[in-house]
Amino acid sequence: MLTVEGLRSRYGRIEVLHGIDLQVQSGEIVTVVGANGAGKTTLLRCLSGVQPVTGGTITFRGEPLVSVPAYKRLRLGLAQSPEGRQIFTSLTVEENLRLGAFLFSDERVDRDMEDAFQMFPILKQKRNLAAGGLSGGQQQMLAMARALMGRPTCLLLDEPSMGLAPIIVSQIFDVVKNLKALSVTVLLVEQNAFGALKIADRGYVMETGRIIMAGAADELIADPRIREAYLGI
Amino acid sequence: MSELLQFLFSGLTVGAVYALVALGFTIIYNASDVVNFAQGEFVMLGGMITWFAHAQGLPLPLAALIAIAVTALLGVAMNKLMIEPARGAPVVSLIIITIGASIFIQGGTQLIFGKEIHSFPAFSGDEPLRIGGATILPQSLWVIAGALVVYVALWLFFTRTLLGRAVLATANNRLAAQLVGINTSFVMTLSFALSAAIGALGGMLAAPITLTAYNVGIGFALKGFAGAMLGGMGSPKGALTGGFLIGLIEALTAGYVSSQYKDAAAFVVILLVLFFMPQGLFGRKSTDRV
Repeated sequence: MLTVEGLRSRYGRIEVLHGIDLQVQSGEIVTVVGANGAGKTTLLRCLSGVQPVTGGTITFRGEPLVSVPAYKRLRLGLAQSPEGRQIFTSLTVEENLRLGAFLFSDERVDRDMEDAFQMFPILKQKRNLAAGGLSGGQQQMLAMARALMGRPTCLLLDEPSMGLAPIIVSQIFDVVKNLKALSVTVLLVEQNAFGALKIADRGYVMETGRIIMAGAADELIADPRIREAYLGI
Repeated sequence: MSELLQFLFSGLTVGAVYALVALGFTIIYNASDVVNFAQGEFVMLGGMITWFAHAQGLPLPLAALIAIAVTALLGVAMNKLMIEPARGAPVVSLIIITIGASIFIQGGTQLIFGKEIHSFPAFSGDEPLRIGGATILPQSLWVIAGALVVYVALWLFFTRTLLGRAVLATANNRLAAQLVGINTSFVMTLSFALSAAIGALGGMLAAPITLTAYNVGIGFALKGFAGAMLGGMGSPKGALTGGFLIGLIEALTAGYVSSQYKDAAAFVVILLVLFFMPQGLFGRKSTDRV
């Protein structure tokens, strides 16, 4: 579904991605794990089109993506729940969700919103409140729900566990795991390697702008080098 | 009593123009956090282009439409040629660019249309209406109605349409707006076009009363800015209320204190607002959790 080949990107003169190769098959949950500063977020920003690509190709469902502007990528089925949540703080929870479905104005929008409220009941309680007043966990839920309102076939998730209490993290990972049932393919970027690998089918390990390991998620969890470097075991 | 009423009428008339300027500020501010100091020039262009087209022999309604359309196009051009190339620059830099644009438009108008003061006939005649011992020009009613209609239209746009909320979303978080599929550069173009058109409408409606010349824009911009600040930057309701209040304060100062101090009134209001309630009357108090 999503193929990345030799992807390079730079901030000014400093190259931060040195040729990334990565593949996501339809229906998979794939995770990219790695330490802070490894380039994971830059990778996702390239995929969603808000970070310039200086080399390599991105192909999504057979179409080259690099020259497609960011706002058109959701039309192709590629949604992102970005790092730092990036919700519309001055708008209400419901307006955030409605804007998630900005491309649509049919009756399915209301149904999708009900589904989102079912997935995260707390958002229903707070639907008329300004999103900026939500707690971190609730904002993360809103960011994911908003991305799903865009009816993606592939969802890019950037650090959904960042800064959240363990109980919220496990709740959010459960939701990610269940996205399979909704036939949404997931590319999950995480520092929380253990949590991410536990729900993923396959994983990539990133270090200073390169993929240094790839494989089935359960093999990566079992790998002694990974356990030492990223799982703290 | 009839004296007070007379001051109120003239305050409402000029306040309606300020309200239209303030509403123009509101749209661009809502889309980009930029205060567009060329807003006053859009007002000036509305009056000047209407005068010019009418002087060429076109009927007044057609001349007015042309003025609004041409000004809207100039707004779009300003965004494309001056604001968009500086994308990513801090908001303060963009505001300074708008000041540059203002000077440029003023100079260009002076070159093309000259330095004379112009006017054109009022839409419904010059016979004043007598109300309670005071008089009001029919043109004043046009201006006041214009401000109210534009306000209602904008209120509906921002609260009832998805595109209106997309404009608010773009201002709040441009990155996220792109990620949900909003074409943010189109939103910017749209807000400049709308703002310019509203400014031109105000200038066109007011010109038969206030007269127009190449340099009237800056005064409108500052008074309209005072109105927008007083009402709360970004709120259409605030822009309308603030614009009318500034007009009334100005008229009452001119009437009861001295007409020499009438311009000072607006600036005293700006200072008081900044000191005592920077959010304005209806401004959003933002409390973001992180």
